[in-house]
Amino acid sequence: MSVFVDRDSRVVLQGFTGTHATFHAQEAMEFGTQIVGGVTPGRGGTTHLGLPVFDNVADAVLETGATVSGIFVPPQVAVDGLYEAIEAGIDVAVIIADGVPVQDMVRTKRYLAGRSTTIIGPNSPGIITPGRCKVGIMPSHIYSPGRIGVVSRSGTLNYEAVSQMTKLGLGQSTCVGIGGDPVNGTDFRAVLEAFENDDDTDVVVMIGEIGGRQEVEAAAWAAQYMSKPLVCFIAGVSAPRGRRMGHAGAVISGDSDTATAKLDAIEELGHRVVRNPADIGDTVLRAVKEIG
Amino acid sequence: MNIHEYQAKELLKSYGVPVPPGEVVYSERAAARVAEDLGGSRWVVKAQVHAGGRGKGGGVKLADAPERVAELADQMIGSTLVTAQTGPAGQRVSRVLVERGARIDREFYLALTVDRGSQRIVVVASAEGGIDIEDVAATTPDAIHTEYVDPGVGLLDFQCRKVATAIGLGGRAASFTRLLKRIYRLFRDKDCLLLEINPFIVTEDGDMVALDAKMQFDDNALFRQGEVAELRDFDEEDPKEVEATGHGLNYIALDGSVGCIVNGAGLAMATMDAIGVHGGRPANFLDVGGGASPEKVANAFRIVLKDPNVRAILVNIFAGINRCDWIAQGVVQATRDQRIDVPVIVRLAGTNVEEGRRILSQTGLELIQADDLDDAAVKAVAASAGTSA
Repeated sequence: MSVFVDRDSRVVLQGFTGTHATFHAQEAMEFGTQIVGGVTPGRGGTTHLGLPVFDNVADAVLETGATVSGIFVPPQVAVDGLYEAIEAGIDVAVIIADGVPVQDMVRTKRYLAGRSTTIIGPNSPGIITPGRCKVGIMPSHIYSPGRIGVVSRSGTLNYEAVSQMTKLGLGQSTCVGIGGDPVNGTDFRAVLEAFENDDDTDVVVMIGEIGGRQEVEAAAWAAQYMSKPLVCFIAGVSAPRGRRMGHAGAVISGDSDTATAKLDAIEELGHRVVRNPADIGDTVLRAVKEIG
Repeated sequence: MNIHEYQAKELLKSYGVPVPPGEVVYSERAAARVAEDLGGSRWVVKAQVHAGGRGKGGGVKLADAPERVAELADQMIGSTLVTAQTGPAGQRVSRVLVERGARIDREFYLALTVDRGSQRIVVVASAEGGIDIEDVAATTPDAIHTEYVDPGVGLLDFQCRKVATAIGLGGRAASFTRLLKRIYRLFRDKDCLLLEINPFIVTEDGDMVALDAKMQFDDNALFRQGEVAELRDFDEEDPKEVEATGHGLNYIALDGSVGCIVNGAGLAMATMDAIGVHGGRPANFLDVGGGASPEKVANAFRIVLKDPNVRAILVNIFAGINRCDWIAQGVVQATRDQRIDVPVIVRLAGTNVEEGRRILSQTGLELIQADDLDDAAVKAVAASAGTSA
């Protein structure tokens, strides 16, 4: 089953004919992703990589039955692309761009009310169901099919965690990058809920970082409603206060959003926490062994 | 991006929010002239640095004569102000704001920010002004009133009236509403992340005035906020950080001895944490970003090496869109371009890793290669302490 994307996902890419989208479309197709076309305004009616190009998302949905959109356009125009995907009735819109203004996301989340699109990102490496579907920029060769669900803010830290797991023979059901921005489309709790309801996922790994309360709130939800084991790592124990650590959302503004405070709170809630980022794989392995 | 108080007050004024009459000056002579022009019998001299805690640090002083204003300006300009937020090194003061002293009747706390939990702009207000809002939130949360703004309709009049009532300004709700809506428009128009007026005051004459102001803007929105971007004061930032930004690198100076060069913000933080786990301390946060070219990596080395506390450099790359062979070429280029007197530990993983390792091992450089994150951290900490792992 997996979460959000699977073998039957019909994917379009916005900004399709650009360098990034082209590169990642080819990689995703080799990986088995069903890319059915793309959108580049003004290029409708042409083909690219042997696939149809449309002027807008609505046309692409109408002609191809697309359900998922990967938005590969620059941050200045990414939110416009997002509105377009939502309006066209896309089920899952993945927004890769780093640099989307936060107030734009505040307005987008309001616009989303009453509509059913799931937004992944922005500032996200994307989403991948190994062996079946990839919408994003992650190096697919480090992933392997399996039963661990992974959700993270960061891209490269997701790769680090996944490679530790893959080395130990622990494959992944789906890996979701919710993005490093302070206001994101899908939060940790929503992804945990999706994994809890997914028959292909046995153990869930949540990789957070400093800033905000999302990880703790998700862990609190999990303590009450989740039957599957949850393993958590929070990056930034050594980060100073008040400084934005690369990600727009990675900034400590109070006592409660330091990495240590979050790790302590999550441990208190009864979940497994990882204090050394090199121990993520081993901790997941122990969790897997415990459930047999 | 942060701006100075006087710049924030100019923005507030341009939106029709009253601020005390005053002017920013760069010399004692100008300070005395401004005090005379402003008139009155009491003035305030305020050091203009971005860091908070200026009052306790001696950066805000009262004067009862223009000569005294000049004296205070002379003391402050060119001095280094140390506050709870500047760190022990302090921040050099190049300008001061001279204002006519206000006669305060009542003080309030008023702020707008983007709240991550509700994913909305929120108005936060308290009848206790001039306080640390975090302390109030921790000790007496009931003393804080919060209104969540629906971006579909913006801040509504009834919400402003609720804020007014909550902080004891119910009798003046109409004029308070006008002001608060102007502040909200400023916040929205300029892509603010934080706009804090602490204190917001009512004077003895009954006027509502923003006595202090702090504004923070969304870096991601600066592409459409040209006027705001021009207010950036590079003197307030670490020169290494400014240079790094120019090279498309994200660098933050820290106080440890292991220099870090990593790709991705999350992995960069995790690398710092791994160093900490093994008893070391990171000298910096550095994210080379996606698509790092050899030049970018070489620049990263140059910036990290400017920090005299660096005793070892750890390069940790998990290449997705990056390529290990490019990174390796960058390392080679860096060692050619400059003398590197400290041990360099390199951990490569991901795209083109074999090619990257081959390039590194063929250069004849004395590099310490590491197999994984843990190995890299152990070796880097040992090298920074002058021992081998």
